[in-house]
Amino acid sequence: MKSAVVVFPASNCDRDMIVALEKITGQKPHIIWHQDTEIPDVDLIALPGGFSFGDYLRCGAMAASAPALKEVIRHADRGGNLIGVCNGFQVLTETGLLPGALMRNKSLKFICQDVTLKVENADTKFTNAYTQDQLIRIPVAHHDGNYFADDEKLKELEDEGRVVFRYVDKNGNATEDANINGSQNNIAGIINRRKNILGMMPHPERLIEAPQGGTDGRAFFESIINALN
Amino acid sequence: MKARVHITLKNGVLDPQGKAIQHALSALDFGGVEDVRQGKYIELDLTETDAQKARASVEEMCKKLLANTVIENYAIDIE
Repeated sequence: MKSAVVVFPASNCDRDMIVALEKITGQKPHIIWHQDTEIPDVDLIALPGGFSFGDYLRCGAMAASAPALKEVIRHADRGGNLIGVCNGFQVLTETGLLPGALMRNKSLKFICQDVTLKVENADTKFTNAYTQDQLIRIPVAHHDGNYFADDEKLKELEDEGRVVFRYVDKNGNATEDANINGSQNNIAGIINRRKNILGMMPHPERLIEAPQGGTDGRAFFESIINALN
Repeated sequence: MKARVHITLKNGVLDPQGKAIQHALSALDFGGVEDVRQGKYIELDLTETDAQKARASVEEMCKKLLANTVIENYAIDIE
């Protein structure tokens, strides 16, 4: 699988993403600088976590208008696979490729911890190596992960099975306590209607081998390889 | 010309920062503050001299970058 990672000023999870992609796909990902106007033809583009452009104006707003994003959008329009993790998710909502917005955490605190996620839809290119309703442990590290969409959009996401990951408790229940950042409907990750663009706040690239404390993120990347075969 | 843009959260969008400000005011013994909504204020110096054109241009800026219309409203003053 050929992949690429877009790097913005103040991205800081780009290396984690690059290492994860290289270890799991066996190929070094291309690195796309935010000012690049030509990007390689790849099977997957990843927008990494971090604080692109210092989170100025709104998280992801500046990155969404970076020159490389025009090409990334073209890639997605052609049906190319695109993922955004954490700040990458914020960039995807700011470009309008995914609906809604990510607002300041309800607690106003930066949250850095492992969370339990429920795989709400295992029938996507990004989740087919998980089982439906599987509970996984993935780290989060964000200040602005409070997912908001208006009622109509929320209903659309739910009705179409486009909520892919949800924050849940150890028993798999989407409780208020498990909803670390105040997201509507405990939403942690969503997919577009065409099912080629996924955004999520938690970091699967941070748990891909045992020394990192777990491997629950591995199946996320293996799913994409499965889908391509 | 100068454009002044006020960006505020739409009604119905929770504003945890506004709530925190409200609590802080109450902790400082400022009573009677029923609600606080916070936002952004942006000033732009424009070379455009036609107010109507300036407004149209700033309107586009708001839609494309300055505001996120999923969650925010904007108000433009031109002078």
